[in-house]
Amino acid sequence: MFMQTGAVQAAGFDGQPMTSPSALPVTWSQAPVVTGGSVLGLVYDGGVMLLADILGSYGSLARFRDCRRLMKVNDGVLLGAAGDYADFQYLKAILERKIIEDRAHDDKFSMKPASVLSYLTRILYNRRSQFDPFWNTFVVAGIQDGKPFLGSVDKIGTCFQDTQVATSLGAHLAIPLLRDRVEKYPKMTEKQAREALLDAFRILLYRDCSAFPKFEIAKITAEGIEVEAPQEVSTNWNLHSAVH
Amino acid sequence: MSSIGTGYDLSASQFSPDGRVFQVEYAQKAVENSGTAIAMCGKDGVVFAVEKLVTSKLYEAGANRRIFHVGEHVGIAIAGLLADARQLVETARKETADFKSNYGTVIPLRYLTDRVAMYMHAYTLYSAVRPYGAGLMLGSVEPDGPKLYVVDPSGVYHGYTGCAMGKAKQSAKTELEKLKIGDMFCKELVKEAAKIIYVVHDEVKDKAFELELSWVTEGTGGKHELVPPEVYKSAEHYAKSSLEESDSDEEM
Repeated sequence: MFMQTGAVQAAGFDGQPMTSPSALPVTWSQAPVVTGGSVLGLVYDGGVMLLADILGSYGSLARFRDCRRLMKVNDGVLLGAAGDYADFQYLKAILERKIIEDRAHDDKFSMKPASVLSYLTRILYNRRSQFDPFWNTFVVAGIQDGKPFLGSVDKIGTCFQDTQVATSLGAHLAIPLLRDRVEKYPKMTEKQAREALLDAFRILLYRDCSAFPKFEIAKITAEGIEVEAPQEVSTNWNLHSAVH
Repeated sequence: MSSIGTGYDLSASQFSPDGRVFQVEYAQKAVENSGTAIAMCGKDGVVFAVEKLVTSKLYEAGANRRIFHVGEHVGIAIAGLLADARQLVETARKETADFKSNYGTVIPLRYLTDRVAMYMHAYTLYSAVRPYGAGLMLGSVEPDGPKLYVVDPSGVYHGYTGCAMGKAKQSAKTELEKLKIGDMFCKELVKEAAKIIYVVHDEVKDKAFELELSWVTEGTGGKHELVPPEVYKSAEHYAKSSLEESDSDEEM
């Protein structure tokens, strides 16, 4: 792995190479350890749906097989986490503490998804600015001002909103598939959204070596949050050329 | 008051010759001047009721609450100086959050009470500070049943099945003793709690008051919540109608 202090020789302000390693910024967490893979999110008519598998990988080793990565933040916000699982657990504890503080006010107000996304963005950006990032991409879903909300923030604090979101390899493999569906069905029903997510997830499972067939799926609508128990996606490994 | 003029009541760090700490006793007086607060520890949970005196018609309804949430599972009702109590509640919240982040489990109520009581006690030891002019009632549902503790400004605490603080502490205690609190469920206790607050309220000295009702029960999933509006209404109705009944009895 990497050393605590930067291993690369950097130039000082006078252009001369700096010889003392202590002159370089301290750089912790240069690599994640136990990681979660792709989180997929999709906005449909009246709600948002998130999907994430439940594998905790140790490098390329499928190490932990029940790592739940979808979290109910409060009654109106759902969170999905990819990347370092320990960092997620740490931030989860911070969020839970925040929600309890929120409840203590007892003023009938609670954090909305846009606020949660902004809050996470501040935390992540702050940590990357100390060269010590939280190694996560978070997906935040909820209902904001009566409309479905879906946003994402990565480990360097880049945050954006969209109608479909995917992290990790899913950002490359799943996004085009999800966009396709959104274009095809602009007013997607819950059923269509679930199908779209499952189809995209199945493709990911076939092509992403760190994906895992067991997954969690959750939805958030005006009625509230529903996180389903882990289930397994159906696959078909009968290759045409191998069938006799 | 025998203490005044003796010079022994100026500091919390000095005893009087007969072994009293007057500053602490004055703090307890501050608690007794506030509106009545009661709590009951029933079969399935704890119920709080507070008579919040409203000193001006210009105040917003529901302002200056005297029942607080601490964490998800603890409720605190207070009597005495509100600003003092708020600081104590903040301390309790910090203890609760720190315990959760250190040990990953919910703080045991006995431990929380002990921590807050130690904090309050520290303010009875030094001449540079004054004791907290507030008393706390802490309630929660634990794995081995509901619990209720009361802390007073001296830093002493006890476990209770029913307790009262504030102006009408004495008559409220008499009312509490008439009930078999330990055998009752929160649904009934809320009504009785509302009734006691209405019974002990002094219509002549303090006119306007707001009733605050909250509970932590098995029914709320061990969470401390203000009583839902329907329950509040029926409890208030029960309190008022039983007051009217006893009034008409007296006339006969």
